[in-house]
Amino acid sequence: MVRRLGYALATGVLGFTVVLTGCSEKNEAVDNQPAENKGAVEQNESLTAATDAYKTYVIEQTDLFVQSTEQFVDAVKTGDVKKAQELYAPTRMFYERIEPIAESFGDLDPNLDAREGDVDDKEWRGFHRIEKSLWIDQQTAGQEGYADQLLSDSKLLRALVETVEVSPDVLISGAVGLLNEVSSSKVVGEEERYSHTDLYDFAANVEGAEKIFELLKPELEKKDAALASDIKGKFEELDKDLSQYKVGDGYMIYTDLKQEQTKKLSQLIDALAEPLSQMGTVLEA
Amino acid sequence: MSDTQNDKQQGKTETKLSRREVLKMAGVGGVSLLLGSVVGGSVLEGSGLTSALTGSSDTKKAGGSQASIPFYDTVQAGIVTPSQDFLCFASFDLVVNRIEDVRKLFREWTEAAAQMAAGQPVGEESSNAFLPPKDTGEAAGLLPARTTITFGVGPSFFDERLGLQAKRPASFKVLPKFPGDSLLEEWCGGDIGVQVCANDLQVAFHAIRNLTRIARGKAVLRWMQEGFQRTGAANPAGETPRNLLGFKDGTGNPNVNDRELMNSHVWVQPSDGPSWMENGSYMVTRRIRMRIEVWDRSSLQDQETTFGRHRASGAPLGEQGEFDPLALDKKDENGKLAIPAMSHVRLSHGDGSVKILRRSYSYSSGMDLKSGQFDAGLFFVSYQRNIATQFVPLQERLAKQDKLNEYIVHVGSAVFACFPGAKKGGYIGEGLLS
Repeated sequence: MVRRLGYALATGVLGFTVVLTGCSEKNEAVDNQPAENKGAVEQNESLTAATDAYKTYVIEQTDLFVQSTEQFVDAVKTGDVKKAQELYAPTRMFYERIEPIAESFGDLDPNLDAREGDVDDKEWRGFHRIEKSLWIDQQTAGQEGYADQLLSDSKLLRALVETVEVSPDVLISGAVGLLNEVSSSKVVGEEERYSHTDLYDFAANVEGAEKIFELLKPELEKKDAALASDIKGKFEELDKDLSQYKVGDGYMIYTDLKQEQTKKLSQLIDALAEPLSQMGTVLEA
Repeated sequence: MSDTQNDKQQGKTETKLSRREVLKMAGVGGVSLLLGSVVGGSVLEGSGLTSALTGSSDTKKAGGSQASIPFYDTVQAGIVTPSQDFLCFASFDLVVNRIEDVRKLFREWTEAAAQMAAGQPVGEESSNAFLPPKDTGEAAGLLPARTTITFGVGPSFFDERLGLQAKRPASFKVLPKFPGDSLLEEWCGGDIGVQVCANDLQVAFHAIRNLTRIARGKAVLRWMQEGFQRTGAANPAGETPRNLLGFKDGTGNPNVNDRELMNSHVWVQPSDGPSWMENGSYMVTRRIRMRIEVWDRSSLQDQETTFGRHRASGAPLGEQGEFDPLALDKKDENGKLAIPAMSHVRLSHGDGSVKILRRSYSYSSGMDLKSGQFDAGLFFVSYQRNIATQFVPLQERLAKQDKLNEYIVHVGSAVFACFPGAKKGGYIGEGLLS
């Protein structure tokens, strides 16, 4: 979980408390404006099509996220530990695919996705709180309240994504942001400390980034065909490496990977993210 | 980092060392080599500027990038001393629990530290070739390189082992856990902290090595970190150093030459108590790993709004000059704050009333074997009069809100109560241990 507030929000959402309490009064809810708007662009039609399509994708994923969360929460509340464990990682994938957008709603991301120690223990809730109980204590007792909150938070997310304004620079930084998420927490196995299902998140972040790349590809090919093909090749290499850890519909437990395997994955992410960060070239006049 | 404006290098120096001083500095064996260099005029270059203004007249004589900074003083050197080029930091754990043993260690350390700060070898060499040499030798013939050696003790020094529980200053304790901390045991804590700074890394390492050797059987290394910044030679103008994220770091540091400012923010005052800490200072170290791979693929715009400063000039966003005041209320043409609410510079500044003296160094410790990425970042060091009222509220603010948190992770943490300086004939920590 990384707090990233680089996304435009519709004004209707601004009343929402953002990220952290205790901000000074000068602290504005969302600090999303670059000091110099170097990226100001005249949006062409192809880019508009890309941002529209992305918004549709985000809404789709969030719908699936809410549905899956309902089943997960149901398993937790009926005390079905095994089923809850099975649903945990696949449910999170819907969230991880659109993580940079989900993170633009202030406190909502920590509420859903904070790891132990990211926030004060008394404020800690969401997936990882329940994860700890499911894997460390192997039980659901005491988690009912967190389960209810999780479901209502996921529904709040669904309502809020409607209001997101997706601009091309949001798309580009979002793609890199997804890979940064992988670099910072998944590749080191710090995201899923108890379930070790980090590879699910890993794959979902990459899928989210790939989606953005696919949407921008037509425009990128016009500007820099070599870059587009470089990125495509790097995605293929990474997908191929990742596929060897697939087990059924899911992935191996992260702690079963050897050090040289995690290192290889990390290096493939870095190799992909570097050219991906050059996609800003489509915004050049 | 410290205010490097005071450490400008000014080409050739007017400082001249007497032959006797040279002989003393060189120790046995390095004399002819050193003298040769002096005659050639190549060694004693550096600033002629007074820089280590610690309030005593002795230190004011110190000048030149390779000169010596007196070890004996009312305050310890290495705190308001302008930052040298390199750092070797060591944290030690005691393996004895009799206070006499600890007293003996600090006496020996004091003598050795004073010798090394003067560029002399440790101890008197014996003529017996069947004995190992007293000094480990790698600094023979090298100039003092402005070596400072600064000692402090951690909260665990005051546990039941030595019976010093009652002497621990009330506000001096292990730092609270801040949101997002990913502390690793191997980079935290320690009974004793020793900060060695010098303008030569070999000289600095030599000091840590010899202190560790002297401590054998009494204290053992717990962790150790080397640090660096751009050298005075590479930046003769003495501009504010840049951290590994490419931004100037230390622009807003308080002026170390302002004794009054240092008294209000850095040096422990008589009214603060306890008396053994008067003219001492509390040190915080944080090993802050930077996700430099992630940073390097962030757009310039993201980087600048993260810091709240322009990368090239170091000026606050929307301003021209590095030292232009932070216009915290200024809005840009879109009505947004010019210096974003969650930017590092705004949050660090707060309301401006709380100041700490930063004296950090960059570190690069090879590769993280798990990810193949750099294990590099900032070895943050700060000095303050009271950690609980200065560093803690500042770090709480940063840990909760700083946009920079996306690119950094705190992996190490320690605090040390750094004693006042020692008098010649006395020893470091005498006020506490006697």
